Amino acid sequence: MSEAILDICSVSKRFGDNLANDDISLSLGKGEIVALLGENGAGKTTLMSILFGHYVPDSGKVLVEGRELPPGKPRAAIRAGIGMVHQHFSLAPNLTVLENVMAGTERLWHFRSGTGAARRKLRGICQRFGLTVEPDARVGDLSVGEQQRVEILKALYNDAHILVLDEPTAVLTNLEAERLFSTLKDMAREGLSLIFISHKLDEVMAAADRTVVLRGGRKVAERLARETNKAELAELMVGRKVARPVREPSTPGEVVLDVADVSVSIDGVERLKSIDFSLRAGEILGIIGVSGNGQTTLAHLLSGTVRRDKGELLLFGEPIGDLTVDDAVRAGIGRIPEDRNKEGAIGEMAIWENAVLERLPRFSRYGLVDRPSGQAFAGQIIEAFDVRGGRPTTRTRLLSGGNMQKLILGRNLIDRPRILLAGQPTRGLDEGAVAAVHERLLEARRAGTAVLLISEDLEEVMALADRIQAIVNGRLSPPIAAEGASATKLGLMMAGEWNEEHEVSHAI
Amino acid sequence: MRFERREHRSLALVIATPVLAILCALALAGLLIAIAGAPVMEAYWRILVGAFGSRLSATETLTRASPLILTGLAAAVAFRARLWNIGAEGQFYLGAIAVAAASSHLFGGLPSPLQIPLLLVVGAAAGIVLLLVPLWLRLRFSVDEVVTTLLLNFVAVLFVSMLIDGPLKDPMGFGWPQSQPVADAAVLPKLFARSRLHVGLMIALVLAVAVHLVQSRTVFGMQSRAAGLNPAGAVFAGVPLGRTLVTVACVSGGLAGLAGAIEVMGVQGYVTTDLSPGYGYSGIVVAMLANLHPLGVVLAALFTAVMFVGADGMSRSMGIPSYIADVTVALSLISMLTGVFFTQYRIRR
Repeated sequence: MSEAILDICSVSKRFGDNLANDDISLSLGKGEIVALLGENGAGKTTLMSILFGHYVPDSGKVLVEGRELPPGKPRAAIRAGIGMVHQHFSLAPNLTVLENVMAGTERLWHFRSGTGAARRKLRGICQRFGLTVEPDARVGDLSVGEQQRVEILKALYNDAHILVLDEPTAVLTNLEAERLFSTLKDMAREGLSLIFISHKLDEVMAAADRTVVLRGGRKVAERLARETNKAELAELMVGRKVARPVREPSTPGEVVLDVADVSVSIDGVERLKSIDFSLRAGEILGIIGVSGNGQTTLAHLLSGTVRRDKGELLLFGEPIGDLTVDDAVRAGIGRIPEDRNKEGAIGEMAIWENAVLERLPRFSRYGLVDRPSGQAFAGQIIEAFDVRGGRPTTRTRLLSGGNMQKLILGRNLIDRPRILLAGQPTRGLDEGAVAAVHERLLEARRAGTAVLLISEDLEEVMALADRIQAIVNGRLSPPIAAEGASATKLGLMMAGEWNEEHEVSHAI
Repeated sequence: MRFERREHRSLALVIATPVLAILCALALAGLLIAIAGAPVMEAYWRILVGAFGSRLSATETLTRASPLILTGLAAAVAFRARLWNIGAEGQFYLGAIAVAAASSHLFGGLPSPLQIPLLLVVGAAAGIVLLLVPLWLRLRFSVDEVVTTLLLNFVAVLFVSMLIDGPLKDPMGFGWPQSQPVADAAVLPKLFARSRLHVGLMIALVLAVAVHLVQSRTVFGMQSRAAGLNPAGAVFAGVPLGRTLVTVACVSGGLAGLAGAIEVMGVQGYVTTDLSPGYGYSGIVVAMLANLHPLGVVLAALFTAVMFVGADGMSRSMGIPSYIADVTVALSLISMLTGVFFTQYRIRR
């Protein structure tokens, strides 16, 4: 290995009773990509915040090229060449790329701004690392992937040679993520050193030279990529063997939901184009596709929050016209929204309020909310679905992503719904929580619930679904049985290639 | 160093915040009093005496607080649901002029037990109408209600000014631009003889408790809170967003209109364009000081009334401009907002 450019030596940090970092050491070589792997709450972000000077460590120190960084000084970290790309971007959407990159680099009282020189420098960086972004484009007009590139450019513009990326793929589509990792590899070849934080095994295996695993604030292992595998990393990260469950064979029952020739437009754009599918009791129907192809609208249609332009919805054989949220809840459609923070829960409200909000008629009398029975209901969910980190009166925001998802699953599954709509149910969850969610979905299937699983994760769909349909640009492919599905075939379907005469002409 | 969301807000912290904020504001205003060359403690003593020193001043303070409670509630209810009603001032005036017109032209002959409730409803209805217009614009065309409600204040005041110099002008008013007075049967009963304090205070207090119960106990309260905190989440949970906002607007506009009604029926008896010393705008400050809590609004309105009435007395006896009251109320708002920030976040390093 080449000489270490960054050394984190025995860093510890305590927040109240919680030892967030316990004697962690880590070194990074020139041109190396290190993945910092761990579940949510393992201490990854705390460690990187110490590196970047946001937190002062209780003990331990950080050395850059052998020189100690003064603790708690972000400016010193930047000057030493450390750049940070946060999960949530800190860009001004109304400024151009160039202006965003330059922000904070110039003295306030200089009369002239060195735009020309800055533009030349930025172009140089873009060329060197193959990061193509138009310097004069407005940041608000860029895609999320491009915005992330701007964040990276910002760090590079400040002459960073150590780059830290905090869960860089959390906001990206699969395609954008692949592009990002090839860029990161190019940057490492150019001599930059990179640390990226992740809890996704696939990308750690794909991109990192070396992986450092954190669990419960301690460093539990360090592995070279070529000497390890996903199963080992998963076990190290969670601390026990985790196996995602797989569906067992079964015979589905009668059709409970029939969607025939339905089209939906949002703000004048046709998001769903004459889709057809039917869903049977006791089966899981997987809808795969690259995000942005109409999944959100499909989920909204069945959640009762958008209206259809044409076509027919048949629920238990009865045409129902337009579905409203109340209809859906009353008919026993459990709904797991794809964005749990935005739609699934209201963070500032208590857990019990989030548990009863969508079924207030049941938990109220004469317009008064029945608080005791609502709280008891939340207590049952917490108990039955192992929601940790809160009582019924706790604010929901304080739950971790996995526990919030358990709460949402719980409030839908506790009443044994006849249909369960699961939109990206494991997005952003760590390995242990993913296995728990999968187990719940299969349990519902065993109990005879018809499950519609909308997901981007091929592996997830192949493990759980009985039948699979692909969604591409608002159109649904005909279903294929999961037995006959291979990753290659599904990949083709997601690209719009499916065998149906009248559909071929529409394929990309 | 960074700001982090606090996980738990203890009750002590929530209660201590406004108290500390007001102390802080008084300390800062004290600096200004000192610069003006007056002894600070004595000035504050004079404010207290001015506000509570006699039966007259105490009842005067409460008289001032009554419409402030109502406009404060109007703002608090709307802001909770993220309906930015900045138009309480206009709704106040429209409620006032509607009451004057209805009493002098329609219901003047009715006996008090009939006429007073009827006029209160008329005043509230006028306020509601003025808020439903910008809400409709928002729901239909996504027009920002901050702008429309604010600008409608000027429209409403000019409209009132036109009416009291035209069709509703008091023929017995010696040519002054003032409306015809309300009928004698429409005057709100006084709480104490030889004071201006009227039953409007009781109405305001009862409504504060009622609003609190509605917000904390009812389906509507929960839904309007959800709509304010996270509209997308509320829609997903089946909250009828438009209908909830319309109801919120009816409560908010109604409270502001009612404030105008009790001020006409309880204090002045007729409408002029200086009927309100900015009750509508001060209501926003009161609501923020109370952290949008309906019962807190009562205390915040009382504090604001004390500052305004007390500062008048102080300025007379000590020669300090009574603007110090405005400064203190403004400073307490700033301290309160800062304080609320720190009850939600902590500094970590």
